[in-house]
Amino acid sequence: METAILETIALRHVYSAGTPFEKTAIGCVDVRINKGELVALIGHTGSGKSTFVQHLNGLLKPTSGQVLYNGTDIFADKKTTHNIRYKVGLVFQYPEYQLFEETVYKDIAFGPKNMKLSDAEIDDCVREAARFVGVGEELFEKSPLELSGGQKRRVAIAGVIAMRPEVLVLDEPTAGLDPKGCDEIINNILEYRKQSGSTVILVTHSMDDAARIADRLIVFSEGGIFMDGSPHEVFSRTEDILRIGLDIPAPTAIAEKLRKLGLPVPEGIYTSEHLKDAVLSIKKGGCTNA
Amino acid sequence: MDKIIKIENLHFTYPGDEIPTLCGIDLEIERGSFVAVLGHNGSGKSTLAKLLNAILLPSDGKVTVSGIDTADKERTLELRRTVGLVFQNPDNQIVANLVEDDVAFAPENLGVEPEEIRRRVDDALKTVGMYEYRMHAPHLLSGGQKQRVAIAGILAMQPDCIVLDEPTAMLDPIGRREVVSTVSRLCREKGITVLLITHHMSECVDADRLIVLSEGKVVADGVPSDVFADADLLWSEGLSVPATTKLLYELNKSGINVPLTAIKTDDCATAVVNALNLVK
Repeated sequence: METAILETIALRHVYSAGTPFEKTAIGCVDVRINKGELVALIGHTGSGKSTFVQHLNGLLKPTSGQVLYNGTDIFADKKTTHNIRYKVGLVFQYPEYQLFEETVYKDIAFGPKNMKLSDAEIDDCVREAARFVGVGEELFEKSPLELSGGQKRRVAIAGVIAMRPEVLVLDEPTAGLDPKGCDEIINNILEYRKQSGSTVILVTHSMDDAARIADRLIVFSEGGIFMDGSPHEVFSRTEDILRIGLDIPAPTAIAEKLRKLGLPVPEGIYTSEHLKDAVLSIKKGGCTNA
Repeated sequence: MDKIIKIENLHFTYPGDEIPTLCGIDLEIERGSFVAVLGHNGSGKSTLAKLLNAILLPSDGKVTVSGIDTADKERTLELRRTVGLVFQNPDNQIVANLVEDDVAFAPENLGVEPEEIRRRVDDALKTVGMYEYRMHAPHLLSGGQKQRVAIAGILAMQPDCIVLDEPTAMLDPIGRREVVSTVSRLCREKGITVLLITHHMSECVDADRLIVLSEGKVVADGVPSDVFADADLLWSEGLSVPATTKLLYELNKSGINVPLTAIKTDDCATAVVNALNLVK
């Protein structure tokens, strides 16, 4: 069995316990995330995804259950809990609202500075992180507030990458960006993962992105895990996916319709590229009268 | 047909900016139509929305809605009753502790009679499918539900036109479906003019008209199937096309003759099957 870099055991979180507003956000979640995986978490709003990821770096403490990082309980002692923040980097939703420094450089440097690295090491981390997200050095001395929305988002992500975390967790990193901005961020993340070998956990509402880039999808519903498997395993269960408030990727929906009309399109299509190839190979094969 | 919105030679520059955000927009929107607006971040979409109900005033040019010049300060209140705006973040536009109080906020401020308010609030909540939640606390609702409450709050003013600025950006797939089907129903059944600003290509498919903005100018304007058919233009603008158009575009490039205008999933599938049968 592969080493689990992160593991949750019977993880449960109850908000406002003991008040009339008591709500179990997640109940009894067991997940193993393997080193180097790219996992997408999908689920409707309020399904528990964000609560779940905030446990992974110790921001939230479980009501009951455990979070293990390389086999060690991250809440074992204060020092472990403190250090986990650098091992598991968490990028929040709309992270650009958290930019606060005078310059882009200082903002990206904030995390590594807290890690008590030398100035030379900090400089290394900042330049490397900026490169990964495509923030040019000419922007370093600008105020983060002068940047465009997409640039701000990238600076905020760089601030987390600069800590060189083993696990990068991103909560809806593309929300509110235009299609080009979304693609750029997704490509930045893929490139970062390729070069650093980091484990990446991506929370997303875009089924198309989840299907296109993730090795594995974890589907949340009602505070628990509803499905855990490859994009193919998950999106072949169209009815279940629609029932819990999600959607199937657009190319998958087209492929399904083509099949209904008698075209022998294979199952398990979830990217435009794959769909095009499938249709073209049918044309070559000439077997359209299914 | 009656034009509800008339925009003539509209220019807008934010105070302190050198570069104008909108430079020379001319548009007429038909009453009762469902219009989608696309454009990359920074293209001027949200600025245009704010110019429609006098949150911003033109630097040059003229905007009229239902015959009201937005620059006419005497008529600002009347204008805001005519055009309602719904924003991206539902948490920034809810003011009350109860769903029905929130929806009643605008008519109360307009001095509507209490019985009439009751009737409007109930109607508005039923229209957006949130009537059962009227006694709930808004902050405990899902994102899609909150946006529908925000839309109900606008409906209670009985506006002629609703402008929604990326109302689905923060929502999950079901929340998006709820909001888009609600606004499209408002348009079809109640005759309300809808302007939907979005980054989701799939939400434009059912619109009567699609307008694409770039650098403060209109770069495409037509029925969605025609606008999307020019996929190269959209890509060059940092936008995208629906998966249907993408497939049809690629197939055309590979020598299969399919119409680029079949943007709905069913039409697209039918077009592909027909084309392949002809090849044979």
